[in-house]
Amino acid sequence: MEKNKTKKNKVLMAGNEAMAEAAIRAGCGFYAGYPITPQNELIAYMAKKMKPRNRVFVQAESELAAINMVFGASAAGVRAMTSSSSPGISLKQEGISYLAGASLPAVIINVMRGGPGLGSIESSQSDYFQATRGGGHGDYFTLTLAPWSVDEAARLVMLAFDLADYYRNPTLILADAIIGQMMEPVELILRKEFKKKIPKKNWALTGAKGRSPNIIRSFFLKEGLLETYNEYLRKKWNNIRKNEQRFSTYKTDKNKYLIVAYGSQARIVREAVDILRKENIKVGLFRPISLWPYPEKGLKRLAKGVKKVVVVEQSLGQMVEDVKLALPGKEVVFLGKAGGGIPQAKEIINLIKRNR
Amino acid sequence: MKKSFLLPKSLKNVDTHYCSGCGHGILHRLVAQAIDELNIREKTIGIAPVGCAVIAYNYWDFDVSEAAHGRALAVATGIKRCRPQNVVFTYQGDGDLASIGIAETLHSANRGENLTCIFVNNACYGMTGGQMAPTTLRGQKTITTPLGRDPESGDGWPLKLSEVLSVLDGVCFVARSSMSNPQGVKETYQYIKRAFINQIEKKGFSLVEVLSSCPTIWQKTPIDALRWIEDEMVKEFPLGVIKE
Ligand SMILES: Cc1ncc(C[n+]2csc(CCOP(=O)(O)OP(=O)(O)O)c2C)c(N)n1
Ligand code: SF4
Repeated sequence: MEKNKTKKNKVLMAGNEAMAEAAIRAGCGFYAGYPITPQNELIAYMAKKMKPRNRVFVQAESELAAINMVFGASAAGVRAMTSSSSPGISLKQEGISYLAGASLPAVIINVMRGGPGLGSIESSQSDYFQATRGGGHGDYFTLTLAPWSVDEAARLVMLAFDLADYYRNPTLILADAIIGQMMEPVELILRKEFKKKIPKKNWALTGAKGRSPNIIRSFFLKEGLLETYNEYLRKKWNNIRKNEQRFSTYKTDKNKYLIVAYGSQARIVREAVDILRKENIKVGLFRPISLWPYPEKGLKRLAKGVKKVVVVEQSLGQMVEDVKLALPGKEVVFLGKAGGGIPQAKEIINLIKRNR
Repeated sequence: MKKSFLLPKSLKNVDTHYCSGCGHGILHRLVAQAIDELNIREKTIGIAPVGCAVIAYNYWDFDVSEAAHGRALAVATGIKRCRPQNVVFTYQGDGDLASIGIAETLHSANRGENLTCIFVNNACYGMTGGQMAPTTLRGQKTITTPLGRDPESGDGWPLKLSEVLSVLDGVCFVARSSMSNPQGVKETYQYIKRAFINQIEKKGFSLVEVLSSCPTIWQKTPIDALRWIEDEMVKEFPLGVIKE
């Protein structure tokens, strides 16, 4: 019964549209965005589907305005989202820092393109540092989830709203142009992957009726206040690091080589793993799903006993730093291309063979 | 004996951090008083700026959100669109509203967001120690215009944002007043009330620009500061209703 239902629910969608639909299903009540390729399908989908459902859609005058509108909507207790691509995400960083500073939930989607600067509109994974190191000013982190398929993109968007609300923290979906643009079947059912109970938003601004006023702020001028707040954040980060590491693996039994890749790049690695395994070379894929917190526990476990770890990225080497941090003393080999260059299966296969 | 000058319910009875003679204190009170009179305290949400009024929530006794420097009207848009039943207003200085946040100001106004905006024009950046603001007068000395603001040499002219906003279709009410004398304070109060009533009646974007003194940065006594508003500021920024 259940199975039939899920089958019936499978539809062919582009990643950008699937993420938009997933947000709507997760109860996103407010969306603001500004056009930028390769995420334009997302804003168009929200424009079409939000208003008929009595949700709010605003085409903002800039990414700055969009993220600050999201700040307001979130302060009002509503599930809020914005999306953009690399240059636009850079503009949002001040706002994301304010969200973290004011303990406000929000979901931000980055459909990455090449950089630096205006870069190109081709797929890239070069915003990893920005995504996983806070991105804006101040001591903070954003939970960061990286989908490798359209279906997973939809699921992670739903999860992102729960994580954001539970931890009262901005949560980022780090997709790339390939994930945003490609079409795949998606199961459009709201899956409750997050099992913890999300507390009521009694901090939200609704008007001080029958209660004392609520204040949303990130400003702590009095000596000691900010330090106390930062310590609260430290506890939150530790808690998230402990509980929210996510990853998946592919063919990792008895492997001698472990390849680490995320997002669309992991799909290409999977292809390479299949070919190598056929040639009896014991290699497997470790795919981080949460980029912050980095799934270091899983990585440590799976890298135990392997000869070499290979990291493949559509960047000049960003995630590789987290792999090295997690695996001190382990030989880590890096393969990366940027600016629209995508490491191909053949190159991955050759690299493994050269490193045997 | 009956007390006739009472603290508005929407204002907390606390000490002020503002300099003596500063306009912000009076303006906080006028906003609070208008909210009381319209009986909307329990549904009002204010947005504090980044500027000297950054901790306005220490004084106002209703829900308040902070906003990044210049982004108050974007935050207000987010809140009001989600909670149209609430009364939402921003309170912003000239740097916040007319410089770094001018895009948000212009576009919120142009979208006709049903909001109330209180624009405090003190012709300088107070909080950061007295730099030139877009509204700084010609010839006015600030720490970034040490020889006086010189439009011809690239400092630009005093920005008349209220006049600019008044030509936008989404804007329903723009007025400029001065708090340099009791009559002006009364007028300011009436404008603020109207700007709130417009929102309650869903008329769209209303803005009240208030010429407000900053004796500290202007390096004047509080009395001389008020005189300077009347003698100099009003010439550049004429008072009255600009659009209704
Ligand atoms: C992004 C950013 N840039 C600069 C500042 C520093 N800053 C704080 S307040 C301010 C200007 C305030 O002037 P105004 O808006 O006129 O308000 P006033 O203090 O005069 O009331 C500036 C530049 C900041 N907080 N954030
Ligand atoms: S610096 Fe000026 S605006 Fe700021 S509190 Fe002092 S008098 Fe008021």
